[in-house]
Amino acid sequence: MTPVATSFFFYLLASATVLGGLLVITCRSAVRSALALIVTLLAVAGLYLMLYASFVAGAEVLVYAGGIMVLFLLAIMFTWTGVSPNEPRFLGVAWIGIPSGCALLAFLIFAFVKGRELFPDRMIALGEESNTQQIASLLYGEPGRTGSYTFAFEIASLLLLVAILGAVVKVSGRGVAGPVSAVESQETRPSPGI
Amino acid sequence: MNDITTLHYLIVAATLFALGVTGVLTRRDVIVRLMSLELILTAVSLNLVAFSHMWGNLYGQVFAIFVIVIAATQAVVGLAIGVAFRRNSGIDVPVAKASR
Repeated sequence: MTPVATSFFFYLLASATVLGGLLVITCRSAVRSALALIVTLLAVAGLYLMLYASFVAGAEVLVYAGGIMVLFLLAIMFTWTGVSPNEPRFLGVAWIGIPSGCALLAFLIFAFVKGRELFPDRMIALGEESNTQQIASLLYGEPGRTGSYTFAFEIASLLLLVAILGAVVKVSGRGVAGPVSAVESQETRPSPGI
Repeated sequence: MNDITTLHYLIVAATLFALGVTGVLTRRDVIVRLMSLELILTAVSLNLVAFSHMWGNLYGQVFAIFVIVIAATQAVVGLAIGVAFRRNSGIDVPVAKASR
């Protein structure tokens, strides 16, 4: 399949990404920042589709925009105390942070443009229909042998399990009404049985 | 074929990275700082997938999948800490007590 109007879609998705990123770091309300981050992630998924990475695009929409950002919105709404117009959004040291961010961007773009001749100037069109199958072959392997990254995949699932258990233990070990010490809460409350 | 090279994708990823770093250094709210960290991880994944397209193999995409998994892990743990932080100390970073 020949790609058509590539520059238009690239610039559209790239400007949506950058605009969403800008909105994430400048919105006063955390809910608006989360929604801007969802827009950014969807635009990046579109960029993945342009790079012939359909499985990563699908995984990002499902897991990242559909799972992690929903978790962020849940956490924001659990601890929502309203948006007061007088409360400052930025830290006092923002006058150092913003120019250093611009300096970092300038340095990265300089490094990329200067180092352009180090890398081959081509873009290889990967197979579109077999992308998921090839990634599955790398992650899970063919019948008769394990894939190159099966061990890393198992470690990643174990890591997720440990993180979830740790988060549940950490959240359930504290009181709901204000700060309590961990020892006191364990003595007076029944243990969650974990 | 077309005039969008790998460099274009790298510059988009660099912009997202710089925006994420600025957000972490600048914002006061803990949860918005965690979201800026997610921006940084997204920039890294975009870099990986762009290079995977350049080289013609799938190793960058597999690495990007693992980056998404690690981002999920970090979001879970970070939000558990951030929610406890916001419950106890509000969103004020300078007046926060030491984390227990």
